[in-house]
Order: sequence, then C-alpha cells, then structure tokens
Amino acid sequence: MSETVIKVNNLSRHFGDLKAIQNLNLEIEKGNIYGFLGPNGCGKTTAIRLLTGLLKPTAGTVNVLGYELPKDAEKLRMHIGYMTQKFSLYDDLSVSENLKFIAKIYGLSRQQQRSRLSELLSLYHLNQQKNQLAVSMSGGQKQRLALAAATIHKPDLLFLDEPTSAVDPENRREFWEQLFDLSDQGTSILVSTHYMDEAERCHKLAILENGIKRADGSPAELMQQMGAHVVEIASTDLRRLKQRLIKLPEIISAAQLGERLRVLVKNTVTEPLEYLKQQSMVSNEASMSLVRPSLEDVFVTSTGQR
Amino acid sequence: MKSLTRIQAIVSKELTQLKRDKMTFAMIVMIPMIQLLMFGYAINTNIRHIPVGIVDYSQSTLSRVLKQTVSATQVVTFTQAYTNVIQAEAAIASGDVRAVLIIPHDVSQRLARHQTVGLGLPPATDEETSRPVAQWIVDGSDNVIAAGIKSLRSMPLAELLRKPVNRTTPTFEVTLLFNPEQRTAVNIVPGLVGIILTMTMIMFTSAAIVRERERGNLELLITTPVHSIELMIGKIIPYMFIGGVQVFIILGLGHVLFNVPINGGLLQLAIATTLFISASLVLGLLISTIAKNQLQSMQMTLFVLLPSILLSGFMFPYEGMPEVAQYIAEVLPATHFMRLIRGVVLREADAMSMTYDIYFLTLFTIGGLIAASLRFKKNLD
Repeated sequence: MSETVIKVNNLSRHFGDLKAIQNLNLEIEKGNIYGFLGPNGCGKTTAIRLLTGLLKPTAGTVNVLGYELPKDAEKLRMHIGYMTQKFSLYDDLSVSENLKFIAKIYGLSRQQQRSRLSELLSLYHLNQQKNQLAVSMSGGQKQRLALAAATIHKPDLLFLDEPTSAVDPENRREFWEQLFDLSDQGTSILVSTHYMDEAERCHKLAILENGIKRADGSPAELMQQMGAHVVEIASTDLRRLKQRLIKLPEIISAAQLGERLRVLVKNTVTEPLEYLKQQSMVSNEASMSLVRPSLEDVFVTSTGQR
Repeated sequence: MKSLTRIQAIVSKELTQLKRDKMTFAMIVMIPMIQLLMFGYAINTNIRHIPVGIVDYSQSTLSRVLKQTVSATQVVTFTQAYTNVIQAEAAIASGDVRAVLIIPHDVSQRLARHQTVGLGLPPATDEETSRPVAQWIVDGSDNVIAAGIKSLRSMPLAELLRKPVNRTTPTFEVTLLFNPEQRTAVNIVPGLVGIILTMTMIMFTSAAIVRERERGNLELLITTPVHSIELMIGKIIPYMFIGGVQVFIILGLGHVLFNVPINGGLLQLAIATTLFISASLVLGLLISTIAKNQLQSMQMTLFVLLPSILLSGFMFPYEGMPEVAQYIAEVLPATHFMRLIRGVVLREADAMSMTYDIYFLTLFTIGGLIAASLRFKKNLD
C-alpha cells in the first residue's frame, strides 16, 4: 500500500552564498497530503521548484513518481499539477478560456476538454463566473480556478505553493475539503503553508527553517515527540514575568495569550510545575497547569531559539 | 498531433488577449497610418523656397532683374535685404536666412563679358570670362540646402539681356526609369513598410515572453508539457497576420495618397513581406528570451530600430555608406527587405531572382527560431 511518490536524498540547492535548501531528505507516500510548514523565506518554494524540476539541485537526488530529476523533468510534466503561489493564469482571459487553454496544452481531446470543463466548473462552483475575466474575480474564486486548472489533466501528484494566502477562512475550509476529496481519489498532494491550522490538517508534514528540515512526521507524532512541556500560567503582570522567564536557559519560549502566559519548558526538566514554582518571580497566587501541546508549540520548539 | 493542438491553443490565446488589449490593437492600425502621413508629407529632398537675403551693391535695373530671375526658379525666396556683407553674414549665423546673394557694383560689366551670355566683341580675355556674375554665401552646415543653392551656379542668364538662350549639349543624356518625376514619396513609402514592420513586429514579440514572465504566467507554463518551439511558433503566427494588415495599410494608403505605383506582382510582394515579417518576429522573440523585463525589451528594440532606419538604405543609399557601416547593414533584416520591396514594388523585379536577400531572410528566420527555442529554458535557473 505504502507506495512512495517522492523520494529525496541529501538534496541541497544554493543560490550563490545563500543555502536555500540543505541536505533535505524526504519520503512521501501515495495518497497523502504532505505539508511543508515554515516561515517566509525558509525554502518552501525552492523545495517545491526542485521537486517539479524547475530548479536543478546543487547536490543530492530527487525521484518523483519514478522519474529522476532534473533529467526526466519533461516526462514528469504530464503527471503533475502545480499551483503557484501567485495567481499565474491569464488575467485577461475568462474562466472557461483559461481552462480551455490549459486543457489543450495538456493535449486533451475535444471531447475530454468539454467533459472536464463542465465537471470542473460545477465542482469548483465557477459556473456563474464562466465568462468573467480572471482579473475581476475574488481571491477565493481565483484560487478555485487555479486548482481547477492544476487538476484538469487528473495528475497523480499535485503541488500547491501557499494556496490559501489570499483567501478568507471560510474559503480556506472549503478548499481543504476539496483537497481531501482529491486525496481520497488517490491524488498525492504536497502543500506548503505558514498557517498552523492548515499544517495540522496534513497527513504528514515537515517543518522547514533556513532550508533545513527541523522535524517531520504526522502532526500527532510531532506533538507527542516534542522535546518540551507546555505550561500555562494565569497571573498578573504577565509582561514582566515573561521578560524574566525567557532569560532562564530551561525556558524555550513564553508567549502571552490574553490573560495567560504559555511557557515551553525543556524536557530536561522532569517536573516543570515544581520547577516554575521554585522560580522566585512567579507569585504564589499564580495558577499553573500542564496543557497539551499544539502544533505551534512544536513549531516553536523545533525552530529558532538556539 | 498534440503539438498542433498546443500551437493552436497558444495562437488562439494570443489572439484573444490581443482582442482585449485595445491599446495594442489601436497601435496596429494607427502606427502605420500616422507614420505614413508624417513621412510621406514631411520627407522631401526636392528643395523649394529656401529663405535667403540679398546685398545689392549695384542697385541697377540689371541687378533687380537678376534677383527676379533667381526668384523665378523657386529654389529660393528673398526675404531680407542687407546693406553690407558683414550684416549678411551675421544674419546667416543667427539663422534668419540660409544664404545671401551678393551682387557686385560692376554686375553689368561682368554679365556682358560672361561666357553664358555669349562673349561679344572684342573677345573677352581669360580674366574677364573667369569672373562670376555674383556670389552666394551659404550656410553650408546643411548639405541639402547647400546642394540646392549650388544647383543655381550654372543657371542660364542670357535672357537677362534679351538674347537667345545659348543652348549647350550636355555630355550625357540621362533617362530616369521608375520614378521620372523624382518624387520622394515613391522611394519612401515602400521603404517605410520595412521600417514600420521592424518597429511593430519586434516590439510586439519582444514583449511577448517577457510579459508572461513579469505577470507570473511563465511559472505555470513551464510546468506544463508545452515545448519551447511550440511556444515560439504559437507566439509568432498571430503577428504574421498583423504584419500583413500593416503592409496592406501602408502600400494601400501610399497608393491612394501619394500615387506610389505597385508595379510588381502581389505574390512576389507576399513572399518578400512574409519572409521579412518572420525574420523580424523571430528577432523580437530572441530579444524576449534575453530581456529581463518589458523596459529592457523596449530598449533592445530601439537598439535594432535605429540602425534599421539609418543603415538599411531607407534614408541613405547603401552604396554610399562606408564599408564598416555596410557590414552592419548586411546583418539587419531591414536592409535585405529594403532591396526586395523596392525591387518588387517599384522595379517589377522577381523576388525569387533576388536570391541573396531571400536566402538571408530565410536563414535568419530559421536560425533565430532555433536560437530562441534553445535560449528559452523551461526552468528557473
């Protein structure tokens, strides 16, 4: 069952002195939604471009759907779909003109073009905008059009580069539903994002920082294996408390959430609540509790602060 | 088969985009029309009515008649009179007049003994015959004006003295073929086809790929199975038709407004223009694969356009240019087209017999297309 669609070994890509990707190893299984989570400039887009054959690796090997890249990049094209970060269809063409153009480029027959077009228009609720120019559409509509175009030839593997950056929360939910439908039909999907809630929806994900993979696994695994305890402190004068706490070497981070302070304590400390109580600056009235880690905690623990 | 579908897809996409781009669409029609009117009416190498002044030291009947005879040639118009040469030279320097005619006080004596009048008796001495009647001081910084006034040097003056004109037999008999009236428009209009096509064709295609890159379309396009040669051909085909429309406008209007004859066959014309349009479009594509943005592609278009205007034979005869300039001109498609179109339109030449120019344009197109396809990499490196 677990067929590998992407296998990457020691992949590196440098732009002059900038090391955009360093020693990346990946193994992505068929039918999965795999996420790249990381801040802007961490190498997500570069990684996707390397995996689609748009960039040549400085070192390492890439195998996508059994094709060696960059050698077999042209052969791979028929089997992958790519949704770019920026809307890259034609602004001055209408929805159906755009889709027809892409369909022809992928060499669909006249009959296939027609059936695929009506299928996609109704699937992505674009029937009413059929003759509207792309430039006049909303962010959500553009994004649905881009997804329709990227899947018009029924690719085995779909690359989505920050697909929801220009979309409101409601459209984002619906978009993810559509991704799960595609995944259910056997399409493997690789999606990059900087939203925690989106990353949490992925079957598996990799956390990238400065071109280096810091952690990977399913969201649940990542939270379980996280090397820190999460403590929430409800107290007064949280700003000053935070300033003092983050100076301690055992504290990874402290972030204020309204009236509470969320503190990540290294798991070299076995009893985090006791440890915090011993610190003189935590007042006695303060209530403390150990809580379940979130993906954001995983992200903070595995990146930065070193 | 799939290749044809993809080319067709790109062609129809380009046409749809062009249809929506009102500005470009207007330019396709307006550029040839306006340029034709401008060049057709403005460029005229037959000089008429140059403003000139006069310094008349003689103040005689003869000097006034001389002035009228010169006026009657219509080459010059006397607008100012000065009392001395110093004033006259100052007027030339300040640009009030382009030349001054200086009539000496002994003009009647000089004229009477002048060889164009018939020497009379006693026979004039060598010294007498070598004395000119009057003098022109000319602003020689403009060659065309200077040449116009120099053409007055040997005007016949016999009628001034009511004598029969002394007919001289020219050394050579000259027969002017194809443009006996020496109208500038006849030479300019067919050449203008080459200049306008160079401008519009290179401009349109040089922006073609750069624009897709700027708008981000290229990032999507290169992840699709489209081949670069398909993309190149698909980008060229729509503009071939547009080039055809422009040729029709220029030659049609030239025929109606400036009476420029179209002597050659239409098939010949079609062969020559199709070849040149293809060569220009391919050159534009090549620029497009080099330029990083639309501004750069524009600058590079100008880099090609200016030599095409100055060196192709449009403005100055190719034969008169220095050797180095001729080498540069040989590289430009416009030079070869200039020979072809003037040959076909004016001299009823057979385009296929002008093999050198035909071969050059064909090879330029094929070579350029291959170079552009190779240069256009389907990756972002």
